[in-house]
Amino acid sequence: MKRLLKGGRVVDPANGIDGVHDVLLDDDRIAGIGRDLPVDGAAVVEIPQGFVVCPGFIDMHVHLREPGQEHKETVASGAAAAVAGGFTAVACMPNTTPVNDDANVTAYILARAAEAGLARVYPIGAVSRGSKGELLADIAELKQAGCVAITDDGRPVATALLLRRAMEYAGMFGIPVIEHCEDPSLKGEGVAHEGYHAAVLGLRGMPGACEALGVERGILLSELTGSHFHVAHMSARASLRAVRKGREAGVRVTCEVTPHHFTLTDESLASPIPYDTNVKMNPPLREAADRDAMLAGIADGSVDAIASDHAPHHYDEKKVEFDRAPFGIVGLETAVSLSLDRLVHAGIIRLPRLVELLSVNPARILGVAGGSLSVGAPADLTILAPDLHVRIDASRLRSRSKNTPFDGWQLRGGVAATIVGGRPVFINPDAGLSV
Amino acid sequence: MSPPVITHVEQTPAVTSLRSKDLLGIADMAPDEISLILDTAEAMKEIGSRPIKKVPALRGKTVVNLFYEPSTRTRTSFEIAEKRLSADTLSIAIASSSVVKGETLADTALNLEAMQPDMIVLRHPSSGACHLLSRICRSAIINAGDGMHEHPTQALLDAFTIRERKKRLAGLKVAIVGDLLHSRVLRSNIHLLTKMGAEVWVCGPPTLIPTDVTRFGVRATSHVDEAVADADVIMLLRIQLERMEGAFFPSLREYFNIFGMTEARLRGAKPDVMIMHPGPMNRGVEIASEVADGPYSVILDQVANGVAVRMAVLYLLAGGVEHETAA
Repeated sequence: MKRLLKGGRVVDPANGIDGVHDVLLDDDRIAGIGRDLPVDGAAVVEIPQGFVVCPGFIDMHVHLREPGQEHKETVASGAAAAVAGGFTAVACMPNTTPVNDDANVTAYILARAAEAGLARVYPIGAVSRGSKGELLADIAELKQAGCVAITDDGRPVATALLLRRAMEYAGMFGIPVIEHCEDPSLKGEGVAHEGYHAAVLGLRGMPGACEALGVERGILLSELTGSHFHVAHMSARASLRAVRKGREAGVRVTCEVTPHHFTLTDESLASPIPYDTNVKMNPPLREAADRDAMLAGIADGSVDAIASDHAPHHYDEKKVEFDRAPFGIVGLETAVSLSLDRLVHAGIIRLPRLVELLSVNPARILGVAGGSLSVGAPADLTILAPDLHVRIDASRLRSRSKNTPFDGWQLRGGVAATIVGGRPVFINPDAGLSV
Repeated sequence: MSPPVITHVEQTPAVTSLRSKDLLGIADMAPDEISLILDTAEAMKEIGSRPIKKVPALRGKTVVNLFYEPSTRTRTSFEIAEKRLSADTLSIAIASSSVVKGETLADTALNLEAMQPDMIVLRHPSSGACHLLSRICRSAIINAGDGMHEHPTQALLDAFTIRERKKRLAGLKVAIVGDLLHSRVLRSNIHLLTKMGAEVWVCGPPTLIPTDVTRFGVRATSHVDEAVADADVIMLLRIQLERMEGAFFPSLREYFNIFGMTEARLRGAKPDVMIMHPGPMNRGVEIASEVADGPYSVILDQVANGVAVRMAVLYLLAGGVEHETAA
């Protein structure tokens, strides 16, 4: 069927478009874009004034927990959270049980995603078997089965030698190596950013240098191998400095930042809830200078993507002593509102840049479809209500887990609808859009 | 720095009860609350000198001592304090290693709560464990040491001991020397002493000094003579043997040579300096035996005062003056 999205502000940076346009969808493809397109039998969707039509957002760093940890999340519940958060596609990390180091696991994840029929799911394979850092996983088979990148996320690739080999080998397939950058010896038993607040609360710290060492290692090896190196969930100002220098030297390095790292600081360890395990994540919330550096990197183009690092954990696992709680928070359903509120409305960036961070660049980095509204491209769209008043309610999240530090937050800007392959898979009843 | 003229401010408390239902740390307390506890402890100390060392203040109250870490001094001190106040008490020691397999701290606490205790005294290896309990329990939670965070009753008994000798806290120079990084005693003492107007110096190898420690309102140095110079009080913190494995310092011998409190080093301090240690001591590591056993040492006074201070805390959290007038 044909659908005509009429009268919204269309922001499609890949095609240099930012203005009021109509977008015509023909089944699962974009069929046209322009002013006052003829209806010609299409179902008309009136886009209210002020709403924004963008190429579908892609969250390139999520944990869907299936197979093996279905009490935290499933592919289906994670995909439901994704579309409710405005994401038409997600790339899921391989640290499941078993690890996605095998084409059968990849196929299983894709089958569950197809059953769910919501967001597109791009599995990311492991660098090493079991992510144990010893032997390479069957990377060609993973790629053939549908993996779009490799990583041992949750931990860094164990040795420089193995990371080098992975880069060389993955280079053959043109897929990036995504790295959880961290020097394990410097991290030690750290559970929070090493700074004043961790010192007061008596929490073992891990300094920003711990991450930056991993970033520097990856950049040097990317330079050596010529392969594409992507820095996951960057949080430290020293890491950003390394990325900028690497890029100046011509190294193929890209990076992503999470909404919690551009919004919160380590002050959240102490207040409003001291020792709240929902502010425990790795990398940790860092000090204000790091948070401000991330904002600056987002503003000046040094940061390529915003990714949520959606890390669901059951409340039983989080309702423990701080140092015993697992790292991570959910993020799929809060990322877009935080981005609109903290970046766009705060005047850090304009909307076209946000679309680059959430759509254009993730598609480019992973080499997947999407990221533009070009004619013939998949009809994956995110429709934003940039001025919608949003109140985050953890109990209403679609994710199976509710571990968010943003419960009760009031934010300006939200998702009105999410369209995947021409099908509206999410319509926000609060936004007042009828599709 | 010469001592200020006004010296007894902390002895005229403006409050007659504590503001919180719990004692989680000194960080949240106001100076008048600290003074109230110290003043109350003076009355409690007198009870300990009687032939019959028991008053009915906590009769009918149930206090649970929940200890996830081995402790001789603190646990004994709390138990004696509870018994002298006529509370019904029981102590539960849980080996930290078996907790991994067993039930969670939250479940243990909720099960205890179901039996209606009035207070839970918690010692736990995780920083913030008392905050967790305080959020889920109706009972008053008393922190008997949580991880590297706080050990508030230790700081209170230290302050009581100092005040007993020096008649004041404000204006005193207190040097704290040892493993600062891992010490909950340090954190509680810094909060308490700075709130009460003392001048606090901390000293240790740079590897054992917490990040941004000067933001706590103290002076930091790795030169022990600088820390000790003209000090009224020197407080030594335990050096744990396993810290060598973490490469915090090369050897106990080297630590002692650089930081160990010897009679020679004491000469830089005030003539009436007090030597304190929260225990357990490593003789010949952070403190020379001659100093530990010498005339300046008040280490056993600290232990004695611990009972009085803990009686004061229990009494005040149980309702204190209000409780007494209501009864």
